Amino acid sequence: MAEAQNSPTLNSVRAGGPPSVGSTTAGQIAVAAESTVATRMSAPPSFDVADFPVPHGREEEWRFTPLERLRGLHDGTAVATGDGLQVTVDAPEGVVVETVGRDDARLGKAGTPVDRVAAQAYSAFEKAGVVTVPKETVLTEPIRIAVHGEGGVAYGHQVIELGAFAEAVVVIDHTGDAVLAANVDYILGDGAKLTVVSVQDWDDKAVHVGQHNALIGRDATFKSFVVTFGGDLVRLHPRVAYAGTGAEAELFGLYFTDAGQHQEHRLLVDHNTPHCKSNVAYKGALQGDDAHAVWIGDVLIEAKAEGTDTYEMNRNLVLTDGARVDSVPNLEIETGEIVGAGHASATGRFDDEQLFYLMARGIPADEARRLVVRGFFAELVQQIGVDDIEERLLVKIDEELEASV
Amino acid sequence: MATLEIRDLHVTVEADNATKEILKGVDLTVKQGETHAIMGPNGSGKSTLAYSLAGHPKYTITGGTVTLDGEDVLEMSVDERARAGLFLAMQYPVEVPGVSVSNFLRTSATAIRGEAPKLRTWVKEVKEAMERLNMDPSFAERNVNEGFSGGEKKRHEILQLELLKPKVAILDETDSGLDVDALRVVSEGVNRVRESGEVGTLLITHYTRILRYIKPDYVHVFSAGRIVESGGAELADKLENEGYEVYTKGGSVSGANSEEEVA
Repeated sequence: MAEAQNSPTLNSVRAGGPPSVGSTTAGQIAVAAESTVATRMSAPPSFDVADFPVPHGREEEWRFTPLERLRGLHDGTAVATGDGLQVTVDAPEGVVVETVGRDDARLGKAGTPVDRVAAQAYSAFEKAGVVTVPKETVLTEPIRIAVHGEGGVAYGHQVIELGAFAEAVVVIDHTGDAVLAANVDYILGDGAKLTVVSVQDWDDKAVHVGQHNALIGRDATFKSFVVTFGGDLVRLHPRVAYAGTGAEAELFGLYFTDAGQHQEHRLLVDHNTPHCKSNVAYKGALQGDDAHAVWIGDVLIEAKAEGTDTYEMNRNLVLTDGARVDSVPNLEIETGEIVGAGHASATGRFDDEQLFYLMARGIPADEARRLVVRGFFAELVQQIGVDDIEERLLVKIDEELEASV
Repeated sequence: MATLEIRDLHVTVEADNATKEILKGVDLTVKQGETHAIMGPNGSGKSTLAYSLAGHPKYTITGGTVTLDGEDVLEMSVDERARAGLFLAMQYPVEVPGVSVSNFLRTSATAIRGEAPKLRTWVKEVKEAMERLNMDPSFAERNVNEGFSGGEKKRHEILQLELLKPKVAILDETDSGLDVDALRVVSEGVNRVRESGEVGTLLITHYTRILRYIKPDYVHVFSAGRIVESGGAELADKLENEGYEVYTKGGSVSGANSEEEVA
């Protein structure tokens, strides 16, 4: 069982490493107002699953998630099956690809698990992947990490580290069927540029929970696309913190939630450093009975983070009756010395009147639907900049739409 | 020559768990090149006629026929009617989030014309049509009807009319909610299309004001779900002076106000 596996080595990593996102926030916010980002979590961040009580579902961070569909990831009953997951890394020359043990000092540097499943993943994985782009290495081809499940239970950890002034695009592609809890650390050295596309294109039964921690160096740029189509339950927790001034994070997300699916994206941008930027834009389309999307957008501007410029946005397009969206933007500002801060959330419907309007202009029903959904996603898709991924997303969107007719 | 023929059209709508007959036998023939004004009080069924012709699913046809050049319009889906040459400029154009005007117009023109318009000539065509309607070029990049003022929505409808060149255009209270300047611009757009001689126009209005800009060949008075009097342009003058009272006396439109809401 996973709970006893937290090793002394890991504890020393936690103590000796750079300040982690979660614990920094917790330390500062504990005395602040009641409704703050950090105090909404029911336990402080920890690498040890034993530090988190088994959730009962009424906690703020679990209240939207159907616990019974986590297949035991949250209560210690999901035991790794050993052969459940294939991870293949295809990297251009100059990239160092390693599989390391739990005691590797590079693990866990970008952030600390903030909930029970993330801690479970951290406590239970046996081997971790580390992909390193050495300093000043500029890649012209993407690094591709294929994660394919064959029906088992798995825990994982992946580190992607860019040295100073390195530039890379990483595509992480999740397919097949799995019950997976896995965290990803992104560590960007000074002036590095990383674009990450994480595609959750799981089969219908898959369960995937993970925390993505990005630690962005001085003047570095982190651009992330989280694209979720598949799975029975996907719950991702992308988090950003800054290790130096002048850093920038762009967090984009797309999800297409079908009947019966639960897709949850919970973001935190921790402006813990002065003069950094963040821009969050997540868009989702939903269709079918009991399609449920959850978007939590937490942005924290700490007292010391003067000169912060941040904006977050969530848009949802509900295509049919029976779908549900919970969208909760939350902006917390502890200093007035900032460039800008804003958030927006809107959920709209594609309804019979819109369909009628488009059809009254000669556009067939299926094309009208496609027009609306493609148009809705286009501004995000076009920014990915990886042709085959953009094309695949558009095809995928069309397939989703055809399935609905 | 394109001809829209409406014969003894009966239409019902479901409201408050009851079936209500709104149109009670409409007869009308609109030929290419002609302009017919349909005038009537609120709740007389004018908008129901417009939406029924376009095929809105809310309305049930319970009797009668509608043909366009002999083809059975009532058998066609909404998009088939549009491709057959029917155009409805709506009183309340619908917002379509995520779809830019430019993408919408091109998709629509492609569907109506049966092939994608050549990009270079199309861009010019749209630009010129927008200039004629005093529309700023930035309009093309906005989402369809999203955040449009009342006047912008109506200009956008007439822009579509000019680009799609239908055989029969139904203008449902295009004049309502417009100030005089906007009314003039919109009317000029309608007149440009009419002057081609290739469109039959069914101009539905509550007010005579628009008829100073768009001269109808025929005026029909609509009351209680049917045409109760037809005449030339002079009939509009009579309505201007005398109002609709003479047609509504006797309570034949009592309770019919719900029609405007459902339309």
